[in-house]
Amino acid sequence: MKLHRYLSSLLLGGALALCQGSVARAQAPTPAAKTTDTVKVGVLHSLSGTMAISETSLRDILLFAFDEINAKGGVLGKQIEPVVVDGASNWPLFAEKAKQLLDQDKVAVTFGCWTSVSRKSVLPVFEEKKGLLFYPVQYEGEEMSPNIFYTAEAVNQQATPAVDYMLSKGYKKFYLLGSDYVYPQTTNLILLEYLRSKGVPLENIGGGLRKDEAGNIISAGKYTPFGHTDYQQIVAEIKQFTSGGKACVINTLNGDTNVPFFKEYAAAGLTAETCPVVSFSIAEDEFRGLPAKQLVGQLGCWTYFQSIKSPENKKFIEDFQKWLKATNTQGIVKQGRVVDSPMVLSYDGVYLWKKAVEQAKSFDVDKVVAELEKGISFTGPGGVVTTQKNHHLTKSVYIGETKADGQFKILQEFKNVVGEPFLKGKFKAAVTTPVTNAANALAVAHP
Amino acid sequence: MRRNFSRSELIAVGVIALLGLIVLPALNSAGLISNFAINLWGKYLCYAVLAISVDLLWGYTGLLSLGQALFFSLGGYMLGMHLMLMIGKLGQYKSDLPDFMVFLGYTSLPTFWQPFRSFLFAALMILAVPGLLSGVFGYLAFRSRIKGVYFSILTQALTYAGSLMFFRNDLLMGGNNGFTDFKLLLGLDLRTPGVQRGLFIATVALLLLVYLGCRWLTMTKFGLVQRAVRDSETRVLFSGYAAANYKLFIFVLAAIIASLGGALYVPQVGIINPSEMTPDKSLEAVVWCAVGGRGTLFGPVLGAISVNALKSWATRAYPDSWLIILGGLFILVVLFLPGGIASVPGLLARTMRRRKKSDEPIAAVPATAVSAATEA
Repeated sequence: MKLHRYLSSLLLGGALALCQGSVARAQAPTPAAKTTDTVKVGVLHSLSGTMAISETSLRDILLFAFDEINAKGGVLGKQIEPVVVDGASNWPLFAEKAKQLLDQDKVAVTFGCWTSVSRKSVLPVFEEKKGLLFYPVQYEGEEMSPNIFYTAEAVNQQATPAVDYMLSKGYKKFYLLGSDYVYPQTTNLILLEYLRSKGVPLENIGGGLRKDEAGNIISAGKYTPFGHTDYQQIVAEIKQFTSGGKACVINTLNGDTNVPFFKEYAAAGLTAETCPVVSFSIAEDEFRGLPAKQLVGQLGCWTYFQSIKSPENKKFIEDFQKWLKATNTQGIVKQGRVVDSPMVLSYDGVYLWKKAVEQAKSFDVDKVVAELEKGISFTGPGGVVTTQKNHHLTKSVYIGETKADGQFKILQEFKNVVGEPFLKGKFKAAVTTPVTNAANALAVAHP
Repeated sequence: MRRNFSRSELIAVGVIALLGLIVLPALNSAGLISNFAINLWGKYLCYAVLAISVDLLWGYTGLLSLGQALFFSLGGYMLGMHLMLMIGKLGQYKSDLPDFMVFLGYTSLPTFWQPFRSFLFAALMILAVPGLLSGVFGYLAFRSRIKGVYFSILTQALTYAGSLMFFRNDLLMGGNNGFTDFKLLLGLDLRTPGVQRGLFIATVALLLLVYLGCRWLTMTKFGLVQRAVRDSETRVLFSGYAAANYKLFIFVLAAIIASLGGALYVPQVGIINPSEMTPDKSLEAVVWCAVGGRGTLFGPVLGAISVNALKSWATRAYPDSWLIILGGLFILVVLFLPGGIASVPGLLARTMRRRKKSDEPIAAVPATAVSAATEA
């Protein structure tokens, strides 16, 4: 068997290549750190896999923001050089890519992540290597890393204002429905406390409660797994739930499971008039994959809607469309593009970082974070956003009604809601009027 | 049939051992190899261990298991449970409980988590849990004479069921987010380069042990029966061997090997969550095996390393088209290199011999024909 000799030599060769590869990699100079006129900025989103449909839009808006800034002279005189990597909806790969961005590319800042699990997987990396990440998507809170800035909506910038709105419209019964993962579970636990603090009795909160042995409620609401398609039973349950008076559904279902749910909902004869659904995960961009017609009249709550009428928003939308036409970046869809809250919060993040860098006169993460913590304001497409000491943003919250074209008609605006990540246990004060940020916020009817 | 290790193979293994256990870590501590590279290679080598486990089943026994990712993840979860408890008050909530339990409103540690405070117990569970699961599953499957594509489908269903189960928050295994943000292992800070280097060395050692162990096994009489099962199970049965027992042993062994790889993978990668046990992760491991060359044991190692290195590079260099690059490569390998990377030297040698043959005078032909016949 001569074969063996070849095999062993191959093994040996492979081992040498391994060694050489690693050495070469280690010795390769990091060119970005040396050049003077550019600054490397990381873009860490899934461009493939299940999350690609949502996350590629964020990549696009970030590249647009970079081009806009570069055209006006860059940041501190340096042109932004984006380093785009693909996290591929693969969470360990996210951690690897974060390490690569920080260790090898030595990026000054990274914009990225959509799912909570991807953020959780890169968080230790950013903390260990003292990086800075801007996270743009609504999330469950309960987190405040010194190395992450959450431009995202905290629960009190989406869920509790939405409930406030429904209460103000006279709704008395709330059915909680979501996908079984941490964002819906946490949001609903907070909502349960919030609703009870507002005097809503337990029997008016639908979806079911789960208790541990000690009798503490550990889960509220109905949960279905990812990719669930059979909503017949749940919709029947909701229909029964609505019979007792003014009821609504608080929906934290994930992306594509919304299609069968809303289909079943319409088929059962439930409408926005009989029992409106408030969704927290459906924005304008989702209607590229969801039939908007079945959702007409249903409600959404975000800190930005494309239909906001302001000069900043008008210019933003026009410039983005112009940029889409002109860009020759590979893989960017040019037709039928819309903007939505996660995209605008990504965009805001870039400008907040730019301002902070300019105020700090340095790209140094510690100095930039110190400036951000002092409070930096930026008038973005969704209005003024201001950074807070707790790494979240003060911003306006909007309630919108879905239209057939996949846009939202704005019904109400809550101005300058302070982002608060730690909400669990905050609303325990039962029936006494709770002092909450959302309640403090000035509610004004939108013109 | 060779019944012992060839000298050249032992030399090759020795050289790799020297490189992986001493030279590379030394270069790393001297600063010549970056911590990032060491960490990345540690991850590749964990995947290589998984690939060997797939090869043991698929390449040597003809069992195409699509459930190896489950055992890999279970190993990771078992060590992960210990690591979660070792975070202690360093977590987000400064609580003794893992963060996700505080999140869900738990005030005391559930009973089945208690013993995982002990590293030894966790280490035992890394072997026991996948071992038992594969034992029960394998016993039922092989007793029922489930084979071929049905076996693949069943194992795929098993890992899918596992992922669905772990996705649920009720299971108290971290749900969708899984375990992350580890701090300490055996009292050492996981985030320091020294500990990561140690984990790399441990991974190299595990890979070498697994490789040598599996090589040895395939050279024994057991290995012969194993291959006989692959080639014609019915004949093995007629010859009086209990093929099911052989298969069960291999299945359990492969599960434990995968689990060990997973256990070393988690502290190096820093996260374990249910998407690691979805069927496509198992399929990925099968692809590494096919690309490297199945039924060779070292081919899958090459496959795991090269495919993952390519993936690391391409997701950075061509974030938009890396899937096409990788997919194209797989197609090319399947079309033109059915034996995988491992078959390349053999192919080269054959072409060279053929060329030599045509160069030589006619009188020499019988001699080469004889040697070719003996080799075949």
